[in-house]
Amino acid sequence: MENIETQTAINKLTDPHQWVSKYADYLYTYAVSRLNDEEIAKDLVQETFLAALERMDKFEGNSSEKTWLTAILKYKVIDVYRKRSKSFGEEIKPANDVDGEEEFFYPEAGNWKVEHWPQEMGIEEPDALISREFTEILQKCMKKLPGLWLAIFTMKHMDEEETAVICKELRVTASNFWVIIHRTKVNLRSCLQKNWI
Amino acid sequence: MKASEIKKIAYNCRKATFLIEKQQLAPITIREKLELKIHLAGCSICRTFMQQSIAINKMVHHLFQSSVRKDLKLDDRFKEEMEGRIREKLDKN
Repeated sequence: MENIETQTAINKLTDPHQWVSKYADYLYTYAVSRLNDEEIAKDLVQETFLAALERMDKFEGNSSEKTWLTAILKYKVIDVYRKRSKSFGEEIKPANDVDGEEEFFYPEAGNWKVEHWPQEMGIEEPDALISREFTEILQKCMKKLPGLWLAIFTMKHMDEEETAVICKELRVTASNFWVIIHRTKVNLRSCLQKNWI
Repeated sequence: MKASEIKKIAYNCRKATFLIEKQQLAPITIREKLELKIHLAGCSICRTFMQQSIAINKMVHHLFQSSVRKDLKLDDRFKEEMEGRIREKLDKN
């Protein structure tokens, strides 16, 4: 009897029967755009609904259903990021270790190696038009980034997440965060140059 | 600042590009700003890097925005299956 009463009380705030028709496409788009993987995205949407059912009693209607469901999905996306960065066996080296940058810069003086000098690509002017081909190369280059780097890059640029939040969720120190931000851009830019010019 | 220090900064492209990246996402100190300015004044390679880095950030932003707007659709069969599962769970309670 008590169960039915609680159920009714909850249903005033949220109706799970409507979730799929109202939010499934939105949540799916959210996951695909962050993970670039439709199969995983599908699974996460389903898991989100099931997890939400489990915690329906905690939904107090302070945020909208959509915001609440998105927050649950967001943590599932971050879980995937974590798994991806682990599966590549990535251990980011301490910030004072410049090994990862020796490819581009001379270790002592820190200046560019001649073969890696940035060359003009026609994107330098603030109002330069960017072609679709260029954007496609950008996407390909992003996919080549190590999992953890792409996760940090996406969280920062897509969700404009606070640095402290990203560091906590992905378990990196603040100094390593900046090292990764730097390396990501140096690599990404280099990849663009290689494939564009 | 000592002359030797200025020389060190003037030639350190690794540090300059690091600051270029950091500056776009977070505040940097006045000292760092000055170091970067000195470096950029004498290094056209890093100036190009900076212009491209800003352009890439803009493109990435645009790319992410457009992927959010794409409005993908889940297939109906999968949706029905999910609805079925939700019903099942609700009935169990």
